[in-house]
Amino acid sequence: MEEAVIDIDLKEREEYIINMGPQHPSTHGVLRLETCLQGEKVKYIIPHCGYIHRGIEKISEKLTYPQLLHLTDRMDYLSAHINNEAVALCVEKAMEVEVSDRVKYIRTILAELNRIASHQLWWSAFGMDLGALTTFFYGMRDREKIMDIFEETTGSRLIQSFITPGGLMCDIHPNFQKRVKEFIKYFRTKLPEYDDLLTGNVIFHERTKGIGVLSKEDAINYAVTGPSGRASGFHCDIRKIEPYSAYPLVKFNEITFTEGDTYHRYLVRMEEMRESMSIIEQLIDNIPEGAIMLELKAIKAPKGDFYQRAETARGELGVFIVSDGGPSPARIKYRSPNFSNLFVLNKLAAGHKIADLMAISGSLDLVIPDIDR
Amino acid sequence: MGIEIKSVPYADFNDNEALEELKKGGSNVFVSSMDAIINWGRSNSVWPLTFATSCCGIEMMAAGAARHDFARFGIEVYRATPRQADVIVVAGTIVRKMAPVLKRLYDQMADPKYVIAMGACAVSGGPFYYNSYSVIRGVDQVIPVDVFIPGCPPRPEALLYGVMQLQRKIKAQSLSKTESNLEAPKLEEKALENEVQPDQNPAS
Amino acid sequence: MTREQLMAFVTELLPASKPGTCKQFPEFILPVDGIYPLALKLNENPETNMDYLFCLTAADRKDGLHVIYHLTSSESNHPVMLRVVLPDKANPVIPSVSKIWKAAEFYEREVFDLFGIRFENHPDLRRIFLDDDWVGFPLRKDYKDEFTLQS
Repeated sequence: MEEAVIDIDLKEREEYIINMGPQHPSTHGVLRLETCLQGEKVKYIIPHCGYIHRGIEKISEKLTYPQLLHLTDRMDYLSAHINNEAVALCVEKAMEVEVSDRVKYIRTILAELNRIASHQLWWSAFGMDLGALTTFFYGMRDREKIMDIFEETTGSRLIQSFITPGGLMCDIHPNFQKRVKEFIKYFRTKLPEYDDLLTGNVIFHERTKGIGVLSKEDAINYAVTGPSGRASGFHCDIRKIEPYSAYPLVKFNEITFTEGDTYHRYLVRMEEMRESMSIIEQLIDNIPEGAIMLELKAIKAPKGDFYQRAETARGELGVFIVSDGGPSPARIKYRSPNFSNLFVLNKLAAGHKIADLMAISGSLDLVIPDIDR
Repeated sequence: MGIEIKSVPYADFNDNEALEELKKGGSNVFVSSMDAIINWGRSNSVWPLTFATSCCGIEMMAAGAARHDFARFGIEVYRATPRQADVIVVAGTIVRKMAPVLKRLYDQMADPKYVIAMGACAVSGGPFYYNSYSVIRGVDQVIPVDVFIPGCPPRPEALLYGVMQLQRKIKAQSLSKTESNLEAPKLEEKALENEVQPDQNPAS
Repeated sequence: MTREQLMAFVTELLPASKPGTCKQFPEFILPVDGIYPLALKLNENPETNMDYLFCLTAADRKDGLHVIYHLTSSESNHPVMLRVVLPDKANPVIPSVSKIWKAAEFYEREVFDLFGIRFENHPDLRRIFLDDDWVGFPLRKDYKDEFTLQS
C-alpha cells in the first residue's frame, strides 16, 4: 500500500511549466507559449502574445490612406499583396469608385502568386519543424522564382505596396506574362516532388494523422478561418462567399475536408497551390487593356463605417474603417486571421505530446506580427 | 576600442594591405601573428542565434536558403541557444515588451559576441518611428551594435555584405586590447522601464 | 434572410434597438442590457443561426465608446452589425458574449487592453498585448505618454 501512495505523489510531481519562446526556432516569430507538461504530455498551453505589438492601428490614425497602406504589408508579410488589396478595396468601396478590369485581373494574379509563395514558405518551415530539413531548401528554391517575378514588376521581393487605393502603383513589366507562364509550367513539375518528399512519407503520416483534431463546431465558434478552418469542414473562403476583384470571373474549387486533423490541414494547402495555379492560368492570357490608376482628386472616405473582407493565405482578413470624412481614418481595425487561429491551440494540443505540439502549431501556419499588429 | 570601419570599397575586400592599414596601433610580432590566426578562425565561422521577429526574418531565411547560400561565408548553422552563438542578427522590430528579452539573450551570449542590426526597424525604428507607443527606436538603445544594415527589408545580398563587413571588423581586432569591441551605449532608461527582473528560476 | 427580414426580426425581438446608418450591412444600435439577450437569440434561432462572430471591436468617438459586433452565419451569408454606445468613458462596462462565441473571449481581451472597456462575466479579463503594468489605454484619443514621438 505504501508503494501506491508514493506512486501517486510522483505522478503529481511530474507536472511542470516551461516557457517556449519568445525566442525559439519553431515559434515562427515571437510568441511565448507557457506550456504545462506532465512528463511529455501537454496539459494546457497559455499563449502570450504582444512581443511585436507595434501599434499599427494607432499609427494609422495619423496617416492618410495611401500612407497607411505601407504599414499593412508588414502585418502578415507573407500575404503582402492581399493585405494591400483589402485596404485598397475598402477605400474604393467607401468612395464608391470602381477600378478598371485590367487592374482587377492584375490584382488577382498577384494575389494568387502571393498565395502560392506563402504556401511554399509554409511547406518549407513545416518540414523543417518536423525535422525534414530538405523541404526548406526545396521550397525556398522554388519561392525564389516568384520573388524574381515580383521584383521585376513591383521592385521589391517581400514588401511591395504595389496595390493602392485607385489602382496599381505602375503598370506590369512587359515580361510579366511570359515569366508567370514559365513559372507555372516549372512549378507543376515540382509539386509531385513535394508529394514524394512529405505527403506520402510514412513517418509524416504517423506524425500528423489524427493529431490535433478540430471539429467543425469548434472551428466556427473559435472563428478559425483559412485552410485550418476549411480542413474541418467550415466553408469560409471569402473568394466564394463575397467575391471581389476578378474572382467572379474564374472557376475554382474550394478545398474542404471534414477530418480536421494536421494531415488534412496540410493537404488543403497543397491542393490550394494547385487551385491557385489554375486561377492564374485562366487569367494570365486575357488581361484586358485599361487604365492603371483612377483619376481621383483626393483620397477621402466619406463619413460612415466600411468593412471589406479578403482571403489571405491564412484566413479571413477584415478591414474596418470608421471615417469622419477626412483623409485619415478615425479608427481602422484589422480583423486578423492569425489572432483567432492562435487561441485554438490550447484545445488542439491538450493531451498530445510536445513533439505533436510542433506539428500542430506548424500546421496552423501562424505569422506572429499579424496577431499583434 | 573604437575601430571605425566605414563602408569599404569592393576592391579593398581582398586587399591585404588595406587590412594592415586598419591595424594602426601595431603590436609585437608574436601577438600579431597569433591575432591573425585567431581572427581568421573567428571571422570565418560566425554562428548566429535564431532570432527573427518580423519581416526581415524571412529575408534572413532566404539568405540562408539555396540561392544566396550564406553557409559559404562561414555561417554554417544557426544555434538555437545563445550560449553557443557568436552573433545575434536582430532581424525585425523590437518593441518595449521584447527589449528586456533581447537584453537577456545578449547577456547570455559568451564573449566574443557581435550584433548585426538588420533592417530599418532595428536600425532606427523604421516605418514605426513616429506615433508608435511601443516600438523602440533602434536596437542600439538596448544592446551595442557592430554592423547596421539598412533596407526594408534588406535584400539577402545586403545581409551578405553586412556579414562581410563584420568579418573585416573581426579581422581587425587584436588580442592585446580589451575583448569587448564597443563601449556599452547609454541604455535608454525608458526603454527598459517595464523590465521584469530576471528571476532565479532556471525553467523560465 | 434578406436585409428587410433581418431588420424586422431584430426590431421584433428588441424594440429598444434603433437602425443605424451603415449601407453595407444592416446595422442596429442597442442599449447596453440588450446586447446579450439579442446575441443569444440570433445565435440560437435556426433561421438566422449567427454562429460566426467575425469581428468585435471598439472605437473612441465623441459621444462615447462604441463597441461594434459583426456577426454572420456560417451557412448563409447575411452579416449583421450591432453597435452599443457607452457614453461613460471613465468607467465603461458591457456584458460579455464569450459564453456564446468562444472567439469573443480574445477579441474582448484586446478591446479591454486597448480601450479599457470592462466586460462583465468574462472568464479571464486581462491585458493581452501590452505589459501587465502598463498605465493607460493607448487607442483612446486622449492617451498621452512621454515615449511616443509625435510626427
